[in-house]
Amino acid sequence: MKIAIASGKGGTGKTFVATNIFYALLKNNHSVVLVDCDAEAPDSIGFFRTKIENSFDVVQKVPVIDLNSCTYCSKCKDYCNYNAIFILPSIKFIQVIEELCHGCGACSVACTFGAIKEKPVSLGKVNTYILNGKYQLIEACMNIGVMSPVQIIKAAIKEIDYKYDIAVLDSPPGTSCPFIHTTAAADFVILVTEPTPFGLSDLKQSVETLKEMNKKYGVIINRAGLGNNDVYKYIENENIPLLLEIPFDKEIAALYSAGIIVSEYYSEIRKKFYEMIKKIMEQYGNCGD
Amino acid sequence: MEIAVISGKGGTGKSCISAAFATIEKNVMLADCDVDAANLYLIFNPSNEYQEPYIAGHKAVINYEKCTNCGLCIDHCRFDAIFYHNSKVTVSEISCDGCFLCSRVCPENAVDMLQKSKSRMYAGSFRNGKMVYGRLAPGEENSGKLVNIVRRKAKQIAKDNNLDFIILDGPPGIGCPVISTITGVDKVVVVTEPSVSGYRDLQRTLEIVKKFDLDCSVIINKYDLNEEMSVFINDKCKEFNIPVAGCLPFDVNVVDAVVQCKSIVEWNSELVISKKLINIWNNIIS
Repeated sequence: MKIAIASGKGGTGKTFVATNIFYALLKNNHSVVLVDCDAEAPDSIGFFRTKIENSFDVVQKVPVIDLNSCTYCSKCKDYCNYNAIFILPSIKFIQVIEELCHGCGACSVACTFGAIKEKPVSLGKVNTYILNGKYQLIEACMNIGVMSPVQIIKAAIKEIDYKYDIAVLDSPPGTSCPFIHTTAAADFVILVTEPTPFGLSDLKQSVETLKEMNKKYGVIINRAGLGNNDVYKYIENENIPLLLEIPFDKEIAALYSAGIIVSEYYSEIRKKFYEMIKKIMEQYGNCGD
Repeated sequence: MEIAVISGKGGTGKSCISAAFATIEKNVMLADCDVDAANLYLIFNPSNEYQEPYIAGHKAVINYEKCTNCGLCIDHCRFDAIFYHNSKVTVSEISCDGCFLCSRVCPENAVDMLQKSKSRMYAGSFRNGKMVYGRLAPGEENSGKLVNIVRRKAKQIAKDNNLDFIILDGPPGIGCPVISTITGVDKVVVVTEPSVSGYRDLQRTLEIVKKFDLDCSVIINKYDLNEEMSVFINDKCKEFNIPVAGCLPFDVNVVDAVVQCKSIVEWNSELVISKKLINIWNNIIS
């Protein structure tokens, strides 16, 4: 079963929840893998003392123009939907803007003169780690300057070994492509929010997206006690299960900021996370792989 | 002067700081570039004077009256977005990148490319100037392009109304919408928090800022949640010659202010955090 931890708003506590669920599951002897899909800002792995097992580049193909064969007919530019080919036929100038290229291969199909070859360009890395000799952690990490993390996220999710019963996916924030590609792979989505107007507004947007995707989901309210009650009213009206409330606590914030798994210190918190995840597994665990 | 507020990690306080910056000076231009999760309109409730649909891209749709199931589109698609499902050519809307290649190679003209046009850009006035924001419809993409449109509109309105300051509230991360937010701005303010995650994401953000050779300073928000870490980040910034514009304390008033639809400076300008923000702003613009 794959469970994604997501939120529209950043900084609501996705990584906090994902790492604590992972810890609670492994402490209770479940076979579990943690996948950090937040390739732009991957922060999950740092909470564990791990050993790197493997690392590979996620590559995309970009066109290389052979100037000797190019007739400057502009067909490749017409085929490119990303404005990644710049051409001035009158002065015989053509250039590939690699940052804009999505690697779709349309230009290669367009060129009837064999003037386009392709070369691989790295977008980022997928790193796999092993914890205590048996638990796997997978990290998607985008190279600085790359536009979209989607291909790296997809590659990281592909690395999940099916011998594990549960995969916990730490999603990137937002509700656009990176969020969608992470949650699309999940059997259940845990949305982490906070009881503030910003938290509520972004929660609504995530819920709309997950509804369109036909996903099952529930909500964790983090930093309960701050803000107001509007988020509670909203999830009640929408009939969205409230999975867990985590009170705002400076102690928790301080431990987390030091890179410490709070569940390691507070067994009550670990217990709460474990009970919650067990319920989710019982209720939704049989619909996936 | 265009000032972008960004952070690698989400939830460090970008929007609250942008809101404060937008209410210190009289008459500013405020642009919410976090089009994935726009929030500032909640505080400022801008009037809706102008809106423009944004074409977020295209999606391939198979016309089954024409499709012969030849599979040529499947062979060409590099996004694994087309496959046989119940022995019918099927497009995964999620995976489709909108590159048009399938529609171009189809010998039967059986692939239609539909526009995704539910996203919007809005412009209007708020109590301290003009505001532009974008809202990406759930599931729509190319947020970087929408950021560009928001910024272009903001620049034009600022020029027409003689507004000196354009404040850009950026998205989290370091990908395309962030790059679109910071390209060519006069100043970048990177907001971080004193945590292991905050520091790691700060490093990645500073690298991207460096790549674009931008004038940049750092704010350490909620510094008192882990003072040791704050000192560490402060030292690291010094080491890399990046000015720390200031440290802000954790203050629940920030949340209370948002609940009351006010920036922290509007809520109570006598608070330590408000005074510090005013000070930071004055340093940034001088």
